[in-house]
Amino acid sequence: MQRGCPRKLPVSRSPERANAAAFASEGGEPHRQEQAPAPIKQSPKEAVDTTFKRVTLFAGHYGSGKTNLAVNYAIELKKTHDRVVIADLDIVNPYFRTKDSSELLNSMGIETVSPEFANSNVDLPALPSELYGVVQNRHRYAVLDIGGDDRGAYALGRFAPYILEENDFEMIYVANFCRPLTQSPEEALEVMREIETAGGIPFTAIVNNSNLAHLTTAETVLDGYEKCRELSSLCGLPVLFSSAERSLAGQLSLENVFPIDIQKKYYELY
Amino acid sequence: MAKVLMKGNEAIAEAAIRAGCRHYFGYPITPQTEVAAYMAKRMPKIGGTFLQAESEISAINMVYGVSSAGLRVMTSSSSPGVSLKQEGISYLAGSDLPALIVNVQRGGPGLGGIQPSQSDYFQATKGGGHGDYHLTVLAPASVQEMADLTVKAFDLADKYRMPAMLLADGTMGQMMEPVELPEDCVHTVEKPWALTGTQGKREHNIINSLYLVPEQLEQKNLERYEKYKTVEQNEVICEEYMLDDADVCVVAFGIAARVSKNAITAARAKGIKAGLIRPVTLWPFPSEIIKKTADKVNGFISVELSMGQMIEDVKLAEECKKPVTLCSRVGGMIPTPEQVLKAIEDMEGGKI
Repeated sequence: MQRGCPRKLPVSRSPERANAAAFASEGGEPHRQEQAPAPIKQSPKEAVDTTFKRVTLFAGHYGSGKTNLAVNYAIELKKTHDRVVIADLDIVNPYFRTKDSSELLNSMGIETVSPEFANSNVDLPALPSELYGVVQNRHRYAVLDIGGDDRGAYALGRFAPYILEENDFEMIYVANFCRPLTQSPEEALEVMREIETAGGIPFTAIVNNSNLAHLTTAETVLDGYEKCRELSSLCGLPVLFSSAERSLAGQLSLENVFPIDIQKKYYELY
Repeated sequence: MAKVLMKGNEAIAEAAIRAGCRHYFGYPITPQTEVAAYMAKRMPKIGGTFLQAESEISAINMVYGVSSAGLRVMTSSSSPGVSLKQEGISYLAGSDLPALIVNVQRGGPGLGGIQPSQSDYFQATKGGGHGDYHLTVLAPASVQEMADLTVKAFDLADKYRMPAMLLADGTMGQMMEPVELPEDCVHTVEKPWALTGTQGKREHNIINSLYLVPEQLEQKNLERYEKYKTVEQNEVICEEYMLDDADVCVVAFGIAARVSKNAITAARAKGIKAGLIRPVTLWPFPSEIIKKTADKVNGFISVELSMGQMIEDVKLAEECKKPVTLCSRVGGMIPTPEQVLKAIEDMEGGKI
C-alpha cells in the first residue's frame, strides 16, 4: 500500500539548478533557458540522503496548503536526518501557521523557528534573528514555510542571497487548483512569477496539493495532477509529487504520492 | 458549478462581485484584509472600482456616495475599523441608503487583539452610531454562508433601502472550506430615488439625513420604524438543530454555533436532550421561536465570544419563563465543546 512512498519523493532534476546562480547575479527576473518540458519523473532509484536538498522552501498562492505540507515534509525529513529545523516565514496569515504544530514537531525533535508574535494578539510582521541561523548553519536540514503570494514572499528576499550562494535548495511551488484565483495553469504561472520576483529565488519544482478540504476525492487530486503537468510544460519544472490526506493517498493510482496528516482545529467541524 | 476552496474573507469578496457589487472601499485591518486583497486583484479585471481609502471614515463616506447613485457598494473592516465607520453608517441609515458593511470581528475593546470575537453584537444590532436606526445583521457560520449571506445582505439592503451588516468573526474570515459560489446575478431593484441625473425630465432627487423641521424628522423616524416592523415580520432567519425534543436549548451564532453543535452531539450521546437555535439574522432577532421554545425546555444557554451580549435578547425574547445562563470566552479565545457540554450538563442537572 505504500505506493509512492515518500522516501522516493525527492528527485534528481535537470537544468534549473544552473539558473539559480544566474538569477542571483542579475537580481531580477529569472532567465530561463528555452527547453523542452521536463518529463514527469519515473520512480527514481536514488537513496534518500542524497536527494533531499539542504533547504526546502514551500511557496505558492495564499491558502494553497503550504503550511500543512511543510509540517508533514519536515516530519518525513526527520525520519532520515538527525537535525531538522522548520521555519515559519509567514508574516501574512495571522491565524493558521506552523506554530499550531510546534508542540508536535518539538516532541519529534524537530526544531521550530516562528515569528515571535505568531498566534498572539500582536499583529507585527517581524521575523526572528534565528532565521539567519536556519539559512546559514549548514549542518541542519531546513524546511521553510513562506507566506502566500508575492506579498508573503517578500519576507524571503533578505535570506535569498544565502540560499542562492549555498545552492543546495528546492524551491517548491505548491499548487492547489481548487483555489478560485489559480484554477488554470496560466493563472498559477502568473502567481509563480510574482513570487519569484518578490522572494528572489526561482522555483525548481512543482507539487500538486490540489484539495477541497474534507470534500477532496481521488478525482480532485488527479485533475490537479493533470493541471500540474500543463503548468510543468509551461514553465519547464518537474512535478515532484502529489500530496493527499493519508486515507485518500492509498487510493490514488498515481506515482509519487505523499501521504499527509492534516492539522485541524476543534471548531473546524463538518 | 464546481466547488472551490476558499477563505471566508475571499468568499465574501467573490460573492459580492457576483451579486453585482462593482465598488469596494476599505482600509486594511487583520483579520479581514483578504477581502480587500481579493477585491484589489479582481475589481480592475472586471471594470470595477477598488479603492484603499486613507481611513475607514473616508471609505464609509465613499460608500454613501456610490449608494446615492443607486449602485451596489460595500466596505469591510474589523472591530476597531467598524467603530470608526459608525458615523457614516448612521448617515446611511438616516438617508435610507442600501449598502453592505462587513465586520470580521476581533477582540476588544480598544485596539484589542487580532483573534476572533463576537463582542460587537451590541454595536451591530442596537444601532452602533447615533440616532434611532437598525441595520439588518446577518451572521454566517460557514464559508458557504459567508458567500450566500453576502448576496442575501445586498438583496435585503436594496429591498428595504437600509444598510446591511455581515457580522462574521476572525475564524470565519480566516478558515478555508469548500464553497459553491452563487451564480452571477443582475440586480433589478428599481431605485427611482437614486441620483442618476434628471435628464431634464423629473424633479431632482435629494439624498440627505438633515431635517431642519423637527416635525418632519419625527415623521421620518416613525416611517422608518414602520419599515423595521415589516422587516421583523418577514425577514427572520434561524436554524433549529435537534430542537424538537430538547430539554436544554443552546442559543449561539457564527463560530459559537459550530462549537455548540459538537457539544450537543456529545450531550445526546450521554442521554441529555440538548438542542440549538442558531440566529442567522441577529437583527431581526428570532424572538418568536425562542419564546415558543421557552414553553418546552428547562432553560437556555447563550454561547458567545463576548461577556454576554446576545444573552440580553434571549432573555427579552423568552420573557423570564426559564433560566438563561452564559457560556463564553473572550479576548480572542473560543469556547471548547467540553466547556459548552459542561454548561449543558449543569443546566440539565439543575446546578444553575
